[in-house]
Amino acid sequence: MKKIIYLLLLIILIVSCKTNTKKEAEFVNDANFQKTLQEQFIMAEDGATIEIPDGNWILTKSLSIEGKNNITIKGNGKDKCILSFLNQTEGAEGINVTNCNNITIEGFTIQDAKGDNLKLKACNQVIIKNMNSTWTTGADSANGNYGYYPVECHDVLIEHSDVSYCADAGVYVGQSINVTVRNCTAHHNVCGIEIENCINADVYDNYTYNNSGGIVVYDLPGLPLKHGRNCRVYNNKVEANNFKNFAKPGSYVSDIPPGSGIIIMAYDSVEVFNNTIKDNKTLGCCAVSYQVTGRPINDSLYSAFCTAINIHNNTFSRKITLIPDMTSMLGKLVLAISKTPLDIIFDGNATADMRAENGNFKPPYQNCFTNNGDIKFYNLNMWKAKKETDVLKTYTTDITPFDCSLPKLNGGGN
Amino acid sequence: MLLLIQCKTKTKTNSTTDTNTNSTVTVDVSQPFEKLSAYHLFKGTLNDLIPNDGVLPYDLITPLFTDYAHKARFVWMPKGETAKYVKDEALDFPVGTVLIKNFYYPIDERDESKGRRIIETRLLIKQADKWEAFPYIWNDEQTDATLEIVGGTLPVSWINKAGKKMDIAYVVPNKNECKNCHNVKNVLTPIGPKVRNLNCDFAYTDGTMNQLEKWTSVGYLTGFVPADNIHNKLAKWNDETSGSLEERAKSYLEINCAHCHRPEGNANTTGLFLQLSEKNKEAWGIMKSPVAAGSGSGDRLYDVVPSKPDESILVYRMEHNDPQIRMPELGRSVVHQEGVDLVKAWIASMK
Repeated sequence: MKKIIYLLLLIILIVSCKTNTKKEAEFVNDANFQKTLQEQFIMAEDGATIEIPDGNWILTKSLSIEGKNNITIKGNGKDKCILSFLNQTEGAEGINVTNCNNITIEGFTIQDAKGDNLKLKACNQVIIKNMNSTWTTGADSANGNYGYYPVECHDVLIEHSDVSYCADAGVYVGQSINVTVRNCTAHHNVCGIEIENCINADVYDNYTYNNSGGIVVYDLPGLPLKHGRNCRVYNNKVEANNFKNFAKPGSYVSDIPPGSGIIIMAYDSVEVFNNTIKDNKTLGCCAVSYQVTGRPINDSLYSAFCTAINIHNNTFSRKITLIPDMTSMLGKLVLAISKTPLDIIFDGNATADMRAENGNFKPPYQNCFTNNGDIKFYNLNMWKAKKETDVLKTYTTDITPFDCSLPKLNGGGN
Repeated sequence: MLLLIQCKTKTKTNSTTDTNTNSTVTVDVSQPFEKLSAYHLFKGTLNDLIPNDGVLPYDLITPLFTDYAHKARFVWMPKGETAKYVKDEALDFPVGTVLIKNFYYPIDERDESKGRRIIETRLLIKQADKWEAFPYIWNDEQTDATLEIVGGTLPVSWINKAGKKMDIAYVVPNKNECKNCHNVKNVLTPIGPKVRNLNCDFAYTDGTMNQLEKWTSVGYLTGFVPADNIHNKLAKWNDETSGSLEERAKSYLEINCAHCHRPEGNANTTGLFLQLSEKNKEAWGIMKSPVAAGSGSGDRLYDVVPSKPDESILVYRMEHNDPQIRMPELGRSVVHQEGVDLVKAWIASMK
């Protein structure tokens, strides 16, 4: 009997210990954690490593780091160390990094920030690795915008990181120079990976699935860094990006038709090769002008067209049962003209001096689509169409004018 | 026990210093003091904010909105030093300058004799090669304020002009966040003290005078020639006699938004530029698609849709408090309805 009582006591002790441990994990003194970490960010000496301790930490306002050199912000692993901004009341970002040189951010998870989980502005030599960035609320238009958001930076490397449930773009590198995004996984975002107005970017060895659009390369008007160019997209697996578009209208990504693999818009010199582009229900890869957005352009220095786009040696495949998206203009168009998903779409828009007779553009604007197997290709010849439905008459499926070659690009650099 | 006594003694020594009215202003540009009182910027009882010798009060024609906080501004420069006139940007202040901004709420805005609570005092100190920002948070007793580089959040309540009780969580920005707004080409820079925002009368204890003339007369400004007639002047946002609807709306947007939304500012990546000197219509947001607003776009397509304020993202972001939507990102947890009304009226008036 005594033994049994002892045993029971032991069990109770173990159970209560366990409960205690759990309680401790839930009841972190977050205000103090926030203050201490923010203090470390502010006081960090150049060259410092700031350790994010293991645990599930609740923060209520943005953390910021400004004007530092050679800093590492490091957690013990994305599963062990989570910064949660679910109840954020102040600031829009999770972590806001500005004006830093040589900064590495690695080994933890940032989740549920009101705006962007991790924003870096005006930084040089940025490394983001082994990170996770997500919204635990699932696909919701009220989620934050970007998982990783370097903007106006030089020499950016994002690798071995995951991103999901962004109401805009998972990885969004904008207006930056020399960019590499590799070995990342993006899923359940409106857009998986977006390169916007960058000069020299490499996007390779990534896996994007279940986004509305897998990879997007956009050049937008009215921005300080103009004329985005020189981007390589290769060795990526771009698969079944058929998720609903849950972005709020107004943002550019809200126009992405669900079921889009790779979208190139208004960019110059993009090389898309060796990608596996599979089961995207609307389109595999498209190269389109800014005109498809239907938005006005008030930037005299802006070129709205896709030039020197080189799509080659990709593997396109799609289930025959997939039905193109019916919720967007482009999706409806694909549905109307083809009934099944298209592999490569070219919209054909350009100024008259850029266009050649054969449907392609004249050098140096020429676009080349070669060695992509037996694909479904449509040139929409939108410049001939007065209204959207005219495309039913203007499109051609002849790919021979695009059987050409362009010099290989050098891409991003890191 | 010994420690306790020591602490007590130390506190006592400090409080003696606090009430030392004979001290002159003391500034160490190499490092901030822990207590606001150590600067001797004010004489007598600290929370009366009676400026010490050389500390000059000033005001802005159109100030930044900060959760309806009242602000008492002062400037101090080392003896013999002076700021230089700059036509379009903040004045060129000498090393050692201290810009002092006290944020306070009257207990009852309808009757200021009931007293006030000072929440924080921000010092901008011009060091040898750069400005530095230091936030000081006042204690409950209102006897002194302590440097708090990580900022803080404080519950604040007051009775507003309409007799309504207001309760907010007032946010003191951290040292980094100061730079979010005070940022020109990634360099921390004062926002308010520009000629166009100082160019008005101020009721000094010894008589009313144009601020720029006063600064010149006390040696705090050189290069200002009133007769030159080249000096810009902002409209006073809430005074219809000071400018047209457009001028007042643009003045409001300039001081509240353009420190970020200018080509040299923190929000330059958006392409939305709201400084008064901006001439490009798209830069003002007219029929401009948002770039990185994300869900902050609020189902609206353009930043400004002429004659349609309720379709304009600019208004949407001013009308909301959610950190993800609201603009400005910092310094505001309640909607400035009067400001929203002004900007809406301006957009409604656009053809």
